[in-house]
Amino acid sequence: MRSDFRARSHPAWWAFLVHRLSGLALALFLPFHFWALGQALAGPAALDGFLAWTERPLVKAAEWGLVVLLAAHLAGGLRLLALEFLPWRDWQKSLLAAAAGLTIVAGLALALAL
Amino acid sequence: MSTLQVDVWRGAEAGRFQRFEVPREANQTVLDVVTYVQRRLDPTLAYRFACRVGMCGSCAMTVNGVARWTCRTHVAKVAGDGRLEIGPLANLPVIRDLATDMREFFDKWARARGSHAPTATRRDDFARVPPASPARAAADAGIECIGCGVCYASCDVVAWNPDYLGPAALNRAWTLANDVRDGARAERLRAVAGDAGCHACHTHMSCTERCPQAIAPTASIAGLKRATALAVLKGEL
Amino acid sequence: MSPRAEVKLWIAQRASAAVLALCVVVHLVVIVYAMRGGLSAAEILGRTRGNVGWLVFYGGFVLAAAVHAPIGLRAIATEWLGWRGRSLSVAVHLLAIVLAAVGLRAAWAVFG
Repeated sequence: MRSDFRARSHPAWWAFLVHRLSGLALALFLPFHFWALGQALAGPAALDGFLAWTERPLVKAAEWGLVVLLAAHLAGGLRLLALEFLPWRDWQKSLLAAAAGLTIVAGLALALAL
Repeated sequence: MSTLQVDVWRGAEAGRFQRFEVPREANQTVLDVVTYVQRRLDPTLAYRFACRVGMCGSCAMTVNGVARWTCRTHVAKVAGDGRLEIGPLANLPVIRDLATDMREFFDKWARARGSHAPTATRRDDFARVPPASPARAAADAGIECIGCGVCYASCDVVAWNPDYLGPAALNRAWTLANDVRDGARAERLRAVAGDAGCHACHTHMSCTERCPQAIAPTASIAGLKRATALAVLKGEL
Repeated sequence: MSPRAEVKLWIAQRASAAVLALCVVVHLVVIVYAMRGGLSAAEILGRTRGNVGWLVFYGGFVLAAAVHAPIGLRAIATEWLGWRGRSLSVAVHLLAIVLAAVGLRAAWAVFG
């Protein structure tokens, strides 16, 4: 018999899912990011051409999304490092709240900067 | 007196839920419900229980999608709308209806070297182990496991990775790794390292969430991760 | 893979995670700061051209990512796609090499 969503309805599981999906998205994005910056090899004009494309609203929204994913993955990762290396405490659920909070802060900061 | 609509799994891996109507009582556990079905409605229903007072872990089943001890689950707590869904534990082969084949659960326990390797003889004095020592405290935190299978049934890594030893086996290995009288530490760490062992744990924490003994296998597995890493860095593994 | 090798993978994943944690915090701060009022090649390159500090920083960042991402993807591949064995191992190593190569090229590109 297999478990369904009812067995997974608790915060630590959602934290895992966010961490895994954000990691997957970032891993898929990374080669593209490296390639784009590598455009600078062709000179500032090529990079500017690319940057002009990034001014489009949909791209800006995607960029904001990526930063949020990065912040989420980082915060979740720090939580994992704490769970694995620090002495076990009963307030680990607070770690999850702290990770979520950090992510929101990062997202807001970028939203304001944009 | 109101009634409960109870869907009970019938069959093996292939099967279906069969609906029964069971009288609702003021003080009633899910095990009471299953017992009522088997004694009064359908004697062919297969299920396990033993102590029925929360000591043996035999009555573990999936109740409304969540693994629990049915003798310690009050109907009032889980059947708010008068409906119950009762199935066998997940991640284990189903023998029939609500009874699962627990052999692999215990085989993995053995594969994790989850048994004590004695170093003393009857001629030696008692081992003196201070209960407050860090190692003993770590072992004591996980020692009350009775092998009920709830954590194993709750773990998605067990479902995704057939070789994964699972939370109970790894928790037991951790308690033994912290037992100063044990003589098989290196062998045990080798047994629990890797993709089938502690490193496959992704800290879902479903085991810790569901354990009826309030054990945190996640903590034990984290300990094994640290212990195996240290052993590799020191050249002992 | 031997238990020893699998433990080393875990150590590499956690060590690269720690390195990335530092790099990402710096990177996020820089991004938020730099993106105020728009972004241009001149601005980016003005900061990074000829700057050995940024080269070392981004070089280390790239290498840590090239270790960390493939190990993570490996877990997803085995657990959600059922992909195991030699072919996965080859694919994962290839990915690490490609990420390192393209990433170091980018770090060099903005260094000039």
